[in-house]
Amino acid sequence: MRVNGVERPLPHDPRTLLSDHLRHNLRLTGTHVGCEHGVCGCCTVLLDGRPVRSCLLLAVQANGHEVTTIEGLAPAGGPLHPIQRAFHEAHALQCGFCTPGFVLAVKGFLDAHPNPSDAEIDEGISGNLCRCTGYANIRKAVKQAAAQAR
Amino acid sequence: MKPAPFAYHAPASVEEAVRLLTTLEDAKVLAGGQSLVPLLNFRLARPAHLVDINGIPGLDRIYERDGGVALQALVRQADAEASELLRSRCPLVPEALRHVAHAVIRNRGTVVGSIAHADPAAELPAVLLALNGEVHVQGPRGVRDIPAADFFRGVLESALEPDELALEAWFPAFTGAHGIREESRRHGDYAMAGAVRAGDRLALFGVAPTPVVADPHHPAKDIRPSGDLEATPEFRRHLVEVMTRELFAA
Repeated sequence: MRVNGVERPLPHDPRTLLSDHLRHNLRLTGTHVGCEHGVCGCCTVLLDGRPVRSCLLLAVQANGHEVTTIEGLAPAGGPLHPIQRAFHEAHALQCGFCTPGFVLAVKGFLDAHPNPSDAEIDEGISGNLCRCTGYANIRKAVKQAAAQAR
Repeated sequence: MKPAPFAYHAPASVEEAVRLLTTLEDAKVLAGGQSLVPLLNFRLARPAHLVDINGIPGLDRIYERDGGVALQALVRQADAEASELLRSRCPLVPEALRHVAHAVIRNRGTVVGSIAHADPAAELPAVLLALNGEVHVQGPRGVRDIPAADFFRGVLESALEPDELALEAWFPAFTGAHGIREESRRHGDYAMAGAVRAGDRLALFGVAPTPVVADPHHPAKDIRPSGDLEATPEFRRHLVEVMTRELFAA
């Protein structure tokens, strides 16, 4: 499988979840793990450009596919991705635990809806949980990122 | 490591998948995995073998046949939701899909998988039942079509034999009066109760071990929903009455 543009090995045990493979074997700990049954959205990554839950995918299923994690969104040490910058500027994070999942879910959402309505934004971020109650600012960040992309 | 150990199989054709299902003891089909993998993570399901059909080419088409629309086993819910063909021939299906979990789950989850999973609180089985659709399956004895009315047998139980693979869900074209209502405690959760209208037909979900057809004039008459932390039986019956009234008011 390719992760952030680099060919990486598959795990030996097929029951390894993609989330665990990324974190434990590939040491890409930017992908966070919350509920591990698809509810919280923390572990969202892009599979061939589409956001998916990495805790609901076996790592072997990514064989032959391109996985993008938060580490792959902007080069290390370089400028932030516009969505990351919007989150930073709009104060759309407090503890940051949910943020990588949000950013990648928003990436997939804005790719599909470049000009989203408020209702579409709410729907687009509704699959991710933030327990610092940052939704108002997250919504602001999504609007800002969409405006900057236009 | 969350799931219990299993042997992983990735067949390259439908025939190979059916052969695996026929020869392996305690095998489970893995399509989108959005219902199965949580069960594996919790070890509520611990099959000895997983037959992953995602690598089978040419199994992701949405096409017209027999006066309706067929969706093959690897059609993701998000792609069905965006399908122009479904929107024009069978608009109830994309409308119902908007209620299925969240957009990110729908990127991976499949329409056929949701039907084969036969969760009594899921939307798509009730839509298939309301529309009188069918499930097209292939097994070692050949192919057969199972009408929705015969397909759902109990909680997470369908008429699929262990050696059969659900290949397609087929929905008859229908553009008459239709709609779906559901009530859940949190957005994207399984419904406490739900109702689907297709013309004069009403199907309910979340109120019995399977989706059920009900009389639009007396929707709660024959149902005996169970109670849990989210809703009492009385509240579920109340929801059914209100949602049916709304659906048929238009």
